[in-house]
Amino acid sequence: MYAFDIERPTTLAEAVKHMAASEENQALGGGQTLIPTLKQRLASPEKLISLTGIDEIRGICEDDAGRICIGAATTHAEVAAGATAYPALAALAGNIGDPAVRNRGTIGGSLANNDPSACYPAAALGSGATIVTDKREIPADDYFEGMFATALEEGEIITEVKFPVPQKAAYMKFEQPASRFALVGVFVAKYADGVRVAVTGASEEGVFRWSEAEAALASDFSAGAVEGLSLSGDGMISDLHGSGDYRAHLVGVMTKRAVAAAG
Amino acid sequence: MPKDSGIGASSKRREDVRFLTGAGHYTDDIDLRGQAYVHFLRSDVAHGILKNVDTSAAEGMPGVVCVFTGADFAEVGGLPCGWQITDREGNPMQEPAHPVLAQGKVRHVGDPIAAVVAETREQARDAAEAIEVEIEDLPAVVDMKAALKDGAPKVHDDLTSNLCYDWGFVEENREAVDAAIKSAAHVTTLELKNNRLVANPMEPRVAVGDYSRSTGESTLYTTSQNPHVIRLLMGAFVLGIPEHKLRVVAPDVGGGFGSKIFHYAEEAFCTFAAKALNRPVKWTSSRSEAFITDAHGRDHVTKIELALDKDNNFVALRTETHANMGAYLSTFAPSVPTWLHGTLMAGNYKTPLIYVNVKAVFTNTVPVDAYRGAGRPEATFQLERVIDKAARELGVDPVELRRQNFITEFPYATPVAVEYDTGDYNATLDKLLEIADLAGFEARLAESKKNGKLRGLGVNCYIEACGIAPSHLVGQLGARAGLYESATVRVNATGGLVVMTGSHSHGQGHETSFAQVVADMIGIDENMVEIVHGDTANTPMGMGTYGSRSLAVGGSAMVRATEKIIAKARKIAAHLMEASEADIELKNGQFSVAGTDKSVAWGDVTLAAYVPHNYPLEDLEPGLEETAFYDPSNFTYPAGAYACEVEVDPDTGKVTIEGFAAADDFGNVVNPMIVEGQVHGGLAQGIGQALLENCAYDEDGQLLSASYMDYAMPRADDVPFYRVDHSCQTPCTHNPLGVKGCGEAGAIGSPPAVVNAVIDALQRAGRDVTHIDMPLSPSRVWDAMNKG
Repeated sequence: MYAFDIERPTTLAEAVKHMAASEENQALGGGQTLIPTLKQRLASPEKLISLTGIDEIRGICEDDAGRICIGAATTHAEVAAGATAYPALAALAGNIGDPAVRNRGTIGGSLANNDPSACYPAAALGSGATIVTDKREIPADDYFEGMFATALEEGEIITEVKFPVPQKAAYMKFEQPASRFALVGVFVAKYADGVRVAVTGASEEGVFRWSEAEAALASDFSAGAVEGLSLSGDGMISDLHGSGDYRAHLVGVMTKRAVAAAG
Repeated sequence: MPKDSGIGASSKRREDVRFLTGAGHYTDDIDLRGQAYVHFLRSDVAHGILKNVDTSAAEGMPGVVCVFTGADFAEVGGLPCGWQITDREGNPMQEPAHPVLAQGKVRHVGDPIAAVVAETREQARDAAEAIEVEIEDLPAVVDMKAALKDGAPKVHDDLTSNLCYDWGFVEENREAVDAAIKSAAHVTTLELKNNRLVANPMEPRVAVGDYSRSTGESTLYTTSQNPHVIRLLMGAFVLGIPEHKLRVVAPDVGGGFGSKIFHYAEEAFCTFAAKALNRPVKWTSSRSEAFITDAHGRDHVTKIELALDKDNNFVALRTETHANMGAYLSTFAPSVPTWLHGTLMAGNYKTPLIYVNVKAVFTNTVPVDAYRGAGRPEATFQLERVIDKAARELGVDPVELRRQNFITEFPYATPVAVEYDTGDYNATLDKLLEIADLAGFEARLAESKKNGKLRGLGVNCYIEACGIAPSHLVGQLGARAGLYESATVRVNATGGLVVMTGSHSHGQGHETSFAQVVADMIGIDENMVEIVHGDTANTPMGMGTYGSRSLAVGGSAMVRATEKIIAKARKIAAHLMEASEADIELKNGQFSVAGTDKSVAWGDVTLAAYVPHNYPLEDLEPGLEETAFYDPSNFTYPAGAYACEVEVDPDTGKVTIEGFAAADDFGNVVNPMIVEGQVHGGLAQGIGQALLENCAYDEDGQLLSASYMDYAMPRADDVPFYRVDHSCQTPCTHNPLGVKGCGEAGAIGSPPAVVNAVIDALQRAGRDVTHIDMPLSPSRVWDAMNKG
């Protein structure tokens, strides 16, 4: 770790001010990715701006449109326990990492980092969530821009994520044996106006929607509807833990299982 | 009736109180006054010429005390290798220099180039980043077979090739084995890999060097399984410090699994720098550093052929193995694929003709050396896999094929130079079939099928050679050390005992089980016995702990020393009771005169030894302290049978272990609970190797699995509830306790059981899969199921 300063603002306005002060300043959520990165000396921010002490971006509520609104600094454990109105989301949060990770890691941190194998991007994209920042509201379809890349601008802070609650949904994760991140994770959600299928862990482009499966499931929401569909292994991540073809195959398997679990 | 104390009792591990309450005292807990910290600048390329190392900027950095490079070690010895192998032609192996800091070339990612000593860890690290290193990249040698091709880049320019040795065993049998295979009714051939592993003890390595100008003595505190061996190797071969001016202390050590046997560069550096700088120097490995500096394990590529006659009797066995040595020869590396591997190729079977060929190869990777089992898992894996394959080819029951070929008469001299003293392989196999509930397998198979899962059953046997080792024998085989063990038993005036042992406990529970033995021999409470280990200043010269040797060899030394104590105490007791020594009996800590009601307590005798007012001073020295060295006359041969049941998810290839049973014959057992714990740990490591652990390099020699993000360690939910049994006991015939050793069995016996089970599951499902290389990760199993 290199030496750095840290600020612990208690209001969003303060945090925004700190972030604007220097491009070398870095927002800190639960630190589950950033702190190991710092320990490896792979990043050297001047100042960390901790967001977890800001009460106004923490907690779970329901808005007038019936959406589940989760403050960006809400931990995975809090979502697992508190997002009872959206069980598939609560289940996803409750199966991220281990208890230590879930007690520190935050939804805002996960979405801002957009690790290609993280779980939350699948939930956000699969639910058609809205990512709210200190500046604007970004639809999930416009937010994810590839591995570790998002629509966030320099210094922009996620404050809240709004999830429309589907009729049925489930997330199925096939774990990478070492990290237990998603080797492939599929989030399936059925809404009145259609089905969304979001895939994490598989693609070199990060989380993506499997439109072919969405179309098939829209007319027949059953595991059988996905049976004949397949994805190409081209553009899929290929590493020690599995080839692109294997990941492409797993997307089909996990999609079917998610549909079956959604009921 | 289970005993509640002494030999055979499951006494609770006394050391766990401190380990579990944070009171353990590990090397990293040692901070000395005036201590400085070292950070090693390590090569980030696998192979290259060191053109220039410019430390000038680093030297001016805040807090820097001194920067060392290879040039500072030009006059210092290299790290020695403790075992010399003689090749098929009778020539010694090729043995390259192994400098403390790289000189001229870097040979693996992690090779230390420079060392910065500074006031704080962070300052040392900052300054290391300011060192300018110019390296001319060379092509890396990673694949062993490619390394042996003509024109392959050489890891060591001064050697003739990358071949360390080409070893044949038993060379005289070679032609007879070839002929027997040629004329056999059936030959089963299998090519396989024994995957490279990273040991990953919970505690990373640490070294603290200290020097006293007052006494001229150097002290090294280190995470070692054998402090006396480190003292001898480092003192005599690297730094030129005589033993009486060098103390090595290995306090509580958080696991070793072999990786803390060896003498490492960081130990020599800290000891050297402490004297040069006249202040303590400390190094604490990070986990990342451990991946690229701790010796790795296994990494064999093997072709094995098993020949059978028309009645399915084994008639000959031939194996050819390429064994990776890595970039340098670690302390005992050459012995692992040879004497610890070739001598076990008979397994539990009466195969009359065996030939083992091993080519040891240098590559641009981390040195490879002993890891839990060391050579014996590699032997067991290939043998038990090829037998399983043979059974499937011949359409016979794999269990019965094994049973038919069992060695049943003991002692048994194998065609690979060892003599099994005792064993009963049918007994452990029968016990296994009982505890694994093989009778219920078909029902479980049907249940799995109903759930869409493929179920399989794998059974195998194993034998190992433990209690390492008879010195006269290993000396003939190239060991540059003796392998006896030592103990000093010091009885205090009021009757308590301190046992100073050359063995070292780093998780094995010696402080409990060793005390049980001595207390049982005298008939006193276990709490009256303290076990001291790990400090060369207060223990007799001993060879340490590895190869499941501590109780069999170290325990035997302790028994011998305690026997001497008892013999002397009987003389004192006879004097006190004015009786003949021949009539003295010792029972429950009381000396009595046979046939009388006269007795004196243990404490009366020990007090008399130190307050010799009424004492036979003309015949006997006062005091009660004895030392014994014990050199075993043979190895011990624990053996057993293991069964694994798996389910394979046909959609994903994921394997789950549904059941695991182990029936072991460890001879006599001192503490059944500790033995079970050792088996559990070994099984977890074996299952880890079989399903999860994959130390992989890319073609440039970069370690792909360099952290827990990619190197999968077994976790609690990866392993089942084990069913273990050690009630089949054929006591060792040549050591006083009749014990054989239990530390490595689990890791040796379990990988073939897992792989056999997966292959069984796939073949039952009609898949044409005869082998999958470990680890059997989901993607590998799926690939194998869907190939073609």
